[in-house]
Amino acid sequence: MIRVADVHKSFGAVRAVRGVSFDAPDGKITGLLGPNGAGKSTTLRILYTVLKPDAGTASVDGADVVTDGLNARQRIGALPHGSGLYPHLTARENVAYFARLCGIDKGEIDDRVAEILRLLEIGDFADRRTKGFSQGQRTKVSLARALVHDPQNVILDEPSNGLDVMATRSLRNLILKLKDTGRCVLFSSHVMQEVAALCDDICIIANGQVAIDDSVDGIRRRTGCDDLEEAFVKAIHLVGPE
Amino acid sequence: MRTTIVVFLKEILDNLRDRRTLASALIMGPIFGPVLFAFVINLSIERSLDDVERTISLPVIGQQHAPNLIRYLESRNIEVVDGPTDTAAAIEAVKTGASDVILIIPESFGEQLQDTVPAKLELVSDRANTDAERDARRARGALHAYSQELAAVRLSARGVNPLVLRPLNIDEVDVSTASGRSAILLGMMSYFFIFAALMGGMYLAIDTTAGERERGSLEPLLCLPVTRNQLILGKIAATCLFMMLSLTLCLVSFFFALKFMPLEQLGLSPNFSPGVVLAALLLFVPFILLGAALMTLVASFTKSYREAQTWLSVVLVAPTLPILIVSILTLRPRFEFMFVPSLSQHLLLVDMVKNEPVNNLHVAISVLSTLVFGALLTWICARLYRREGLLG
Repeated sequence: MIRVADVHKSFGAVRAVRGVSFDAPDGKITGLLGPNGAGKSTTLRILYTVLKPDAGTASVDGADVVTDGLNARQRIGALPHGSGLYPHLTARENVAYFARLCGIDKGEIDDRVAEILRLLEIGDFADRRTKGFSQGQRTKVSLARALVHDPQNVILDEPSNGLDVMATRSLRNLILKLKDTGRCVLFSSHVMQEVAALCDDICIIANGQVAIDDSVDGIRRRTGCDDLEEAFVKAIHLVGPE
Repeated sequence: MRTTIVVFLKEILDNLRDRRTLASALIMGPIFGPVLFAFVINLSIERSLDDVERTISLPVIGQQHAPNLIRYLESRNIEVVDGPTDTAAAIEAVKTGASDVILIIPESFGEQLQDTVPAKLELVSDRANTDAERDARRARGALHAYSQELAAVRLSARGVNPLVLRPLNIDEVDVSTASGRSAILLGMMSYFFIFAALMGGMYLAIDTTAGERERGSLEPLLCLPVTRNQLILGKIAATCLFMMLSLTLCLVSFFFALKFMPLEQLGLSPNFSPGVVLAALLLFVPFILLGAALMTLVASFTKSYREAQTWLSVVLVAPTLPILIVSILTLRPRFEFMFVPSLSQHLLLVDMVKNEPVNNLHVAISVLSTLVFGALLTWICARLYRREGLLG
């Protein structure tokens, strides 16, 4: 369960996030949708505690991201935008490193890593060094790394960027699997169709503010547009520049 | 603690597989010093042999006018060769650098000698040309000596003791060359140790911030349920280990390399026994923490790997400055110098290598102050690792 309440964040004169609020409940997939530069990544970065909000609060399973960052991180599996791997380590070693850092018991690490690699279909390249991996392979390993400690909350920042059709499909299946096991999944995207196909709730962000936070049907109804792309464009214009 | 160890072990595995890190830690640092040292030593030896024994060749015009003088010159390791045709040609040859020095013996030389009037000789040289001046000095010295000998013979013939011409007997003891040279050479040595240590950890220090950021692995790492202090301490510890490895290899390679260098020919007899090697290692260990923290700190301000490399090459040079100043001014170890890292290690090492007694208080201050500086910089690194701007 992720809660964001009236969060603000500025970088110098740029007001990246201006009062964003939304909830992402367990057992549901919540999509953060918005054009480039809308403030999606900044909001997610605040959630996984690498940025501090100027105002407002955010919590993960009740753990405040500012005052109780360590606990909040314990409950999050995060895939930041453009995640990189250690090129001299194999896929398995990359995942195992994060498993150790998450404090998984020594005896369990090998099994845990093998399990997550199987789940993400990282079999044939598990023991190759990650230098020279394709974007799809890198994203899979990054995901395995983020999920290895079996977190209750999963935050994915534009996970489908650079993935081909097959990889996108297996990513979609994985996200649905997480939902079925009662996880809270929050992911960002700038592609309306992708979000509509997966999400129970969509939070459309533009200019650092929430334009609409509703289900797919709710968005259609409130914008009066049947076509999702039209609805998206219309929603964005609900929020004007400052 | 467990997290720090996990980070430490991962960094070691990662860097042992990185050819660039290995090359700088295991090859560049340890080999560069001894090789350059051997080169400088050989150069010094060549120079010093030059001055004494080397045969120089001297073009002489009018050899037939002074056969005795020619024989004398040849007895002084000066090989007489045929000179240009006349004075004008001789001046031209020296001017253009074709010859370093040319002796001209006029036709009247023999006659003037017999008449006991000062016999005229002409020596053409270019005093502004320091390289040529070395040969010219040899020729001039030989001619003076010949002149003295003739004077002595003449006085003896007249029943006068030749010693009346030598009212003074000046015995010069020159201490400058050997000890001066050794100070510079020993200064080089301690710098090579510092250089090796820094080279060993350079790429790890860059990787901690700029490298992780550029690769995109920093942000996922910071999302984990660990504190940033645990991360940076593990990384600095791994940096220290590689620096230690490089330093140890450098000391060992110097130990063996010195056995093959003809240092006695330069009047140097450094004590580089296994005991001194071990003491030097212990002396430089505190500097490793300082160096690792300093490099990590500098790299953390940079935007990219390349920029970090540029700035760290400045850090590689910085520890030489105090050593250089002290070597030039030939200052002796002093209480207050011991508070300056790199300088204190250098001065103490020089004492050890020269086989002079080492002041225990000085050692204690050097170790403690370097450790304090190192701890302080580590603390600053940890502070900077917590700021938001870290992600760039």
